[in-house]
Amino acid sequence: MRKLVLALAGAAALTLGAVGGFAADTKEAPLPKVKWSFNGVFGTYDKAELQRGFQVYTEVCANCHSLSLLAYRDLGDLGFSEEEVKALAASHEVTNAEPNDEGEMFKRPARPSDRFVKPFANDNAARVANNGALPPDLSLMAKAREDGPDYIFGLLTGYKTAPAGVTVPQGLYFNEHFPGHQIAMPPPLNEGQVSFSDNSGSSVENEAKAIAAFLQWAAEPNLDVRHRTGFKVILFLLGMTLVLFGVKRKIWKDVH
Amino acid sequence: MTAPASQNRLVRWIDHRLPIFTFINHELHEYPTPKNLNYWWNFGSLAGIMLVIMIATGIVLAMQYTPHATLAFDSVERIMRDVNWGWMIRYIHMNGASFFFIVTYIHIFRGLYFGSYKEPRELLWMLGVVILLLMMATAFMGYVLPWGQMSFWGATVITNLFSAIPGVGEHIVTWLWGGFAVDNPTLNRFFSLHYLLPFVIVGVVVLHLVALHTHGSNNPLGIDRKGPQDSIPFHPYYTAKDAFGIGVFLIIFCAFVFYAPNFLGDPANYIPANPLSTPEHIVPEWYFLPFYAILRSVPDKLVGVLLMFGAIAVLFILPWLDTSRVRSARFRPKYKWFFWLLLADCIALGYLGHQPPEGLMLILGRLATAYYFIHFLIIVPLLGIIERPLPLPTSISAAVLGKEKH
Repeated sequence: MRKLVLALAGAAALTLGAVGGFAADTKEAPLPKVKWSFNGVFGTYDKAELQRGFQVYTEVCANCHSLSLLAYRDLGDLGFSEEEVKALAASHEVTNAEPNDEGEMFKRPARPSDRFVKPFANDNAARVANNGALPPDLSLMAKAREDGPDYIFGLLTGYKTAPAGVTVPQGLYFNEHFPGHQIAMPPPLNEGQVSFSDNSGSSVENEAKAIAAFLQWAAEPNLDVRHRTGFKVILFLLGMTLVLFGVKRKIWKDVH
Repeated sequence: MTAPASQNRLVRWIDHRLPIFTFINHELHEYPTPKNLNYWWNFGSLAGIMLVIMIATGIVLAMQYTPHATLAFDSVERIMRDVNWGWMIRYIHMNGASFFFIVTYIHIFRGLYFGSYKEPRELLWMLGVVILLLMMATAFMGYVLPWGQMSFWGATVITNLFSAIPGVGEHIVTWLWGGFAVDNPTLNRFFSLHYLLPFVIVGVVVLHLVALHTHGSNNPLGIDRKGPQDSIPFHPYYTAKDAFGIGVFLIIFCAFVFYAPNFLGDPANYIPANPLSTPEHIVPEWYFLPFYAILRSVPDKLVGVLLMFGAIAVLFILPWLDTSRVRSARFRPKYKWFFWLLLADCIALGYLGHQPPEGLMLILGRLATAYYFIHFLIIVPLLGIIERPLPLPTSISAAVLGKEKH
């Protein structure tokens, strides 16, 4: 059996070695590897960081990008109290789903159960306001790109002056991490743009890190409980498997 | 075949009228199994466990999922966010598909190495190939259900393959789609069939087991059991061994479910389906990549499709392609090496299926495709004639008790 495993590994190594030399040529700069609080087996979200990220979203991203899969009640996960969530929701206005008694649609302050209000009424309105480009919904951005949080952080800090010989058309910007390097989104973050109440510094890196962490939470709100549950499940399985191994050994004792 | 002498009167009463206890006793306790099965024989029961896990989680997911082109994506996200433990059920189901294929592929390669497809197990093997085909259809249709970009474009590419059939191809594609493009009718029928096919798989698995229990398991030596000294009852020996294997397997499976749930998936499937925007690279899930590589290595669409299905078809007729009467590769010094070459070839095809078919990748893809068929159609038939197998042990217990250690 050991021979079989060795041969299997050998075959795999041989194959990979034979073809591994020709990796697809990626034009984008390698993504920065950020040390996220949610990485690893015991990783959890840093609520203070998520709140900072929410602030960046509200003050910067929300002008163009929707976050349509989130409801205001979800903000409770970030450490906001029920009252704070209500107040946050009420600062937005939504059209009620049902008409009033006169049969007319009416606007009302949003409730915690409402989804995040979108910046534009529809995609066409969004395009018109953004030079023809559609700002994508950000709900799942952290999962819809390879190495999502690193990608978001890289993209937001990846605006550079175009290298010599590269012409960037009017209305596009050079970004070393964007596929094709030419992105329609103007550099959204600037030094000191968002002033955090916890004095954690408003460098572009800090702002980008906060929003990337926030978007990871938005895409995967159950990560904390997933990591905790996984630990318990695997611990149980290890114990169970150990017992099953003992049982197997005992039963097979007189066969060999 | 006597009824188990149960002390319980109720058990005796039932068994007299419906002999289920006799049946269980016969198929588990009396069922003789070679005593030398190694851990590669665990993967059959692991595949069975995966089928049960997939059906159980799938039924729960179907309670919350909405099969409609405008609602499907959001309903999956609702499961991920708002349904209690919905994220866990979905990640189990999602990764479960990959792990079902992993254990099934290992199960198949075990059969190839130890010659489990040979007389008298040809039908057992062929039923297994039918299960593989049904699994592929089920997995393909299941991947369409979240209605992400890869769902949509994968469905478009794969259903379009049928247009290669001369004359009626276009009509067949329209019929499959239920319209003139992949759209809501396609999603609806895929959901319906995705729910149906697993139960068809269960049916074929039952036949697979009936065929298995007719002649019993093959074994690492590939020689028949000569008598009771070569056998042990399935229960408790292999139930205990299988249970331990399941424990080890579940640890690895859960590591993915809880700590890398999206590792095996494509990020593009978290972008809602958009018929107006084609992803740069349309790639199927990893378990289809070898077949995808075969498909794309041929410039002619029809030939490509035929070869892709041919890759499965050669497995179907393998019992008659193999001219060697020796089952186990342990006693086939040449076949042993060609087996590993085939495995390397399949892994290479999987890698190449993920690369854009250009330049060197295309050439390698063609070579790997050619070798796959050369193995089954030329090497395997020839080896049986030119190879000199090693002397077989006289019996299983002789080999187990003798100096040979494996």
